Amino acid sequence: MSLDGLGMRKLREKVAFGLLRLAMLVVVGTLGGILLHVVLQGAGVLGWRFLTDVPREAMTQGGIFPAIVGTLYLTAGALLVALPLGVAAAIYLSEYAREGKTLAVVRLGIGNLAGVPSVVFGLFGLGLFVVFFKMGVSLLAGSLTLGLLILPTVIGASEEALRQVPSTFREASLALGATRWQTIRKVVLPAALPGILTGSILGLGRAAGETAPIMFTAATFYSLRLPESPFSQVMALPYHIYVLATAGTHIEQTRPLQYGTVLVLISLVLGLSLFAIIIRTRMRRTKKW
Amino acid sequence: MVTCATPVIEARDLNFYYGDTKALSDIAISIGRNQVTALIGPSGCGKSTFLRLINRMNELIPDTRVEGSVLFDGVDLYGPGVDPTEVRRRIGMVFQKPNPFPKSIYNNVAYGPRLHGMNSQRRLDELVERSLKAAAIWDEVKDILPQSALGLSGGQQQRLCIARAIAMEPEVLLMDEPTSALDPIATARIEELVKELKKSYTVIIVTHNMQQAARVSDETAFFYLGRLIEMGPTERIFTRPQQEQTEHYITGRFG
Ligand SMILES: Nc1ncnc2c1ncn2[C@@H]1O[C@H](COP(=O)(O)OP(=O)(O)OP(=O)(O)O)[C@@H](O)[C@H]1O
Ligand SMILES: [Mg+2]
Repeated sequence: MSLDGLGMRKLREKVAFGLLRLAMLVVVGTLGGILLHVVLQGAGVLGWRFLTDVPREAMTQGGIFPAIVGTLYLTAGALLVALPLGVAAAIYLSEYAREGKTLAVVRLGIGNLAGVPSVVFGLFGLGLFVVFFKMGVSLLAGSLTLGLLILPTVIGASEEALRQVPSTFREASLALGATRWQTIRKVVLPAALPGILTGSILGLGRAAGETAPIMFTAATFYSLRLPESPFSQVMALPYHIYVLATAGTHIEQTRPLQYGTVLVLISLVLGLSLFAIIIRTRMRRTKKW
Repeated sequence: MVTCATPVIEARDLNFYYGDTKALSDIAISIGRNQVTALIGPSGCGKSTFLRLINRMNELIPDTRVEGSVLFDGVDLYGPGVDPTEVRRRIGMVFQKPNPFPKSIYNNVAYGPRLHGMNSQRRLDELVERSLKAAAIWDEVKDILPQSALGLSGGQQQRLCIARAIAMEPEVLLMDEPTSALDPIATARIEELVKELKKSYTVIIVTHNMQQAARVSDETAFFYLGRLIEMGPTERIFTRPQQEQTEHYITGRFG
C-alpha cells in the first residue's frame, strides 16, 4: 500500500518533469527553428558587398549599407534622448520624491507607458514632432519617438540601479558634509552607472527592431545617400525588411535579401544584448558591496 | 561632575521623536574637549540616536523631530541659519560597518576635501598622507593608493574611514560601535588609534564592550530607555556607579 503510494508519486514526478521538459523544448525549438531558417535563407547573400553597398536595380541587387547606418543613427539618437531624461527622472523618483500616493500614480503611469503599443508612439511622434514641431520625417523625429518608446525601460532600469546602491554610501558622503546633489553626482551615480547602462542598452535592443514608431517619423523607402543632417530621412533595417517583403514589385526576387537583412538586424540586436551582458558580468565581478 | 576640560558639546533639554515614538527624553550632557567620551547602554536605549543628533544626521530620516538644543562651542546646532552640511564638515562620523566608497584609497580620503573646494594636487597629496598616517594605516596602503578601497580588509577599511573623516580636519569625531564588525587584532589597533586621536580631537564613541569603554575613554555616559542615567569619569562609573541601573548594566545583571 505505502509502496504503491510511493510508486504513484514517482510516476507523477516523472510525468510532471516530462511535461516541463517538453514545454522547454517547444520554446527552444521554435526559437532555434526561426534562427536556423533565417540563417539558412539569409546567409547566402551576406558578404562584404551586402553590408557596404547601396541597394541597386530597384532593390533586387546591391546591399543595405544605408539601412544599417540609419538604424545605428536612430538607436544612438534614441539613447541620447532617453538616457539623460530617463536617468534624471529616475533620480528624482528614487532620491528626491517622497513616497506617497502621487509617486505611486506616477510610477503606475510610467509602467503603463511601457505597455503602450509601438504604433501609438509612431502616431504620437508623427503628430508632435513631424507635424506640430515641423521636423518633417527625419532622423531627429524618429530618434525622439524611439527615445520616448524606451523611456519607461530606461527609467525602470535606472531606478533599480539606484536602489541597488547601498544607503551606507549615501550616509558616508552626507556625513562628510556633502549636499544631497553632490552625493548623487559623485557617489551614487557612478556606482549605479553600469546598471543603468546595462538596462538601457537591453531596452535599446527593442527600439532597434521596431518598425511602427519610425515608419511615419523617420524612415524612407529608398535612399542612396547616408543621412546628412538630423533632418534627413533615413533608411532603417526593420522598415527595409517590411518594404522588401510587402511593398516592392519584386517580392519573390528579393527574398534572399529580406532574409539577409533580417539576419543583420538580429545580429545587431543580439550584439547589443551581449554588450549589455558583458558590462553586467564585469560589474558583478568588480563590485563587492 | 568633575570635568576640568571645557565642554565642546552640550545638550540641553533634548528630546527626539521618530514619528510618535519618543527615542530620547530630557537629555542634558556636557562633553569635554580633547577627551574620549564613551556612550554605553543596552540595545535600543538611544545611543546612536543621540550620536546622530550631534552631526544632524537624524534629520535625513523622514518624520523625525528634535526639541531642545545641542550647543557646539556655545552655538546651537539646531538654531536658525545653521547649515547642516557645515555642521557635518566640522563634526566627523565613523560608522559601525566600514563603508568606504567604491573608489580608490586615495579618492576615498580626498573625497571630503575636494567637496569643499580643495583642488591643489600637492595639498591634497599632503593631506591624504597626513590623514592616513593619523589613522595608522599609511604604511599598509602607501604603495597601493590607486587601488580600490573595497579590496582592503575590514579593519583596514575602518581605519581608512577614520582617515577619510580626519581629512576634513573636524573638531569632533563621532564613532558608532566602530569595532563591532572587526576581529580582536583590528579592534586593538582602532582602540590604540582612538587614544592617539584625542590629542587633536574630541572623540565620542558608542560601544557595547565594557572593557573597550574602560580602556579608551576618559568619561562614560550610561543611557537607558532614552534617558541619560549617569555620567562621570570612566574609572568612577566602572568602580563606584551611583545609580543602581548603571551598576546592573556594567556588572552584566540586565534583563
Ligand atoms: N529610523 C528609525 N525609525 C524609527 N525608530 C527608530 C529608528 N532608529 C531607531 N529607532 C528606535 O529608536 C530607539 C533608539 O534606537 P538607537 O538606534 O538610537 O539605539 P542604540 O542605543 O543605538 O541601540 P544599539 O545598541 O542596538 O545600536 C529604538 O527603540 C529604535 O527602535
Ligand atoms: Mg546603535
